[in-house]
Amino acid sequence: MDSVSLIGMASIIAGGLTIGIGAIGPALGEGRAVAQALSSMAQQPDEANRITRTLFVGLAMIESTAIYCFVVSMILIFANPFWDYIISRSGG
Amino acid sequence: MELKDISPDQVIFWQLGPLSLNSTIVFTWAIMVLMLLSSWLVTRKLTSDIHLSRWQNILEVIVTSMQDQIREISHQPPGEYLAFVGTLFLFTSVSNLLSVVPGYTAPTASLSTTAALAICVFVAVPMYGIAKRGLRGYLKQYIQPTIFMLPFNIMGELSRTLALAVRLFGNVMSGMKIAAILLAVAPLIFPVLMHALGLLTGLIQAYIFAVLAMVYIASATRAQQERHEKEGKKGDES
Repeated sequence: MDSVSLIGMASIIAGGLTIGIGAIGPALGEGRAVAQALSSMAQQPDEANRITRTLFVGLAMIESTAIYCFVVSMILIFANPFWDYIISRSGG
Repeated sequence: MELKDISPDQVIFWQLGPLSLNSTIVFTWAIMVLMLLSSWLVTRKLTSDIHLSRWQNILEVIVTSMQDQIREISHQPPGEYLAFVGTLFLFTSVSNLLSVVPGYTAPTASLSTTAALAICVFVAVPMYGIAKRGLRGYLKQYIQPTIFMLPFNIMGELSRTLALAVRLFGNVMSGMKIAAILLAVAPLIFPVLMHALGLLTGLIQAYIFAVLAMVYIASATRAQQERHEKEGKKGDES
């Protein structure tokens, strides 16, 4: 197999695996966080405002790991430096 | 923005030698002009009468709710933080919300804009901290609880700046990418739904960016104060 198709195949597979595996952890974490927030809101409805705000900030923090994976897979698929290099060398 | 472009930096409108005018810069300027003009037009004829104009009303609602949020998060009077944090929130939210306009690409979908905003936060946190607690007091928090935590504290400061930048960029960019991909796959109704979802996440991300900036500033200005209060309480109990 020549290096062009090898690099293309490797980056597509790696991009899919990156977002696929990288979404598992944040999903579990966000689920736990929301469940905890809901049960504490059920216990203390007066504090719902503060809990919601903290929940949003916490969710954004947790979600950022998934976003990193997404950015990496986007770079692998759309702006892959190795791909650009090999294309510029072979295509001239 | 085409599907292939990962950031609006690559869409170039006008080129003169080494100077290029890409869509990030153009739309940032457009947002600046829009916000400046609209706030100038609204604040030109302010009134404290019962009958106020609609635009003054909405501006007052925005400003007072920002003040309330800042007061709740930092437990401090909002005056000195409102200008910085409020500007961050307004700029990011306007730039995200304007993506309903056809042909517009949000400047926050470019890593350069979000990195610039995150660096503003990175610089503003020590400035507020030093202004509030003095240079010694601010630097002392880096060696809390022990001196061994110094490298971790510095790393934390750097990594949270990176996280701020990449989070906003990733969210806005992912919204635009998903809309573009759906436009190619199922162009009838689904892109509209995803666009609406993108508006929601854009607003939430703007809120989160401002809240996180405020939390960082509050933690730099407040930690000392709380410790004093706790020690005072302990003293009272014993």
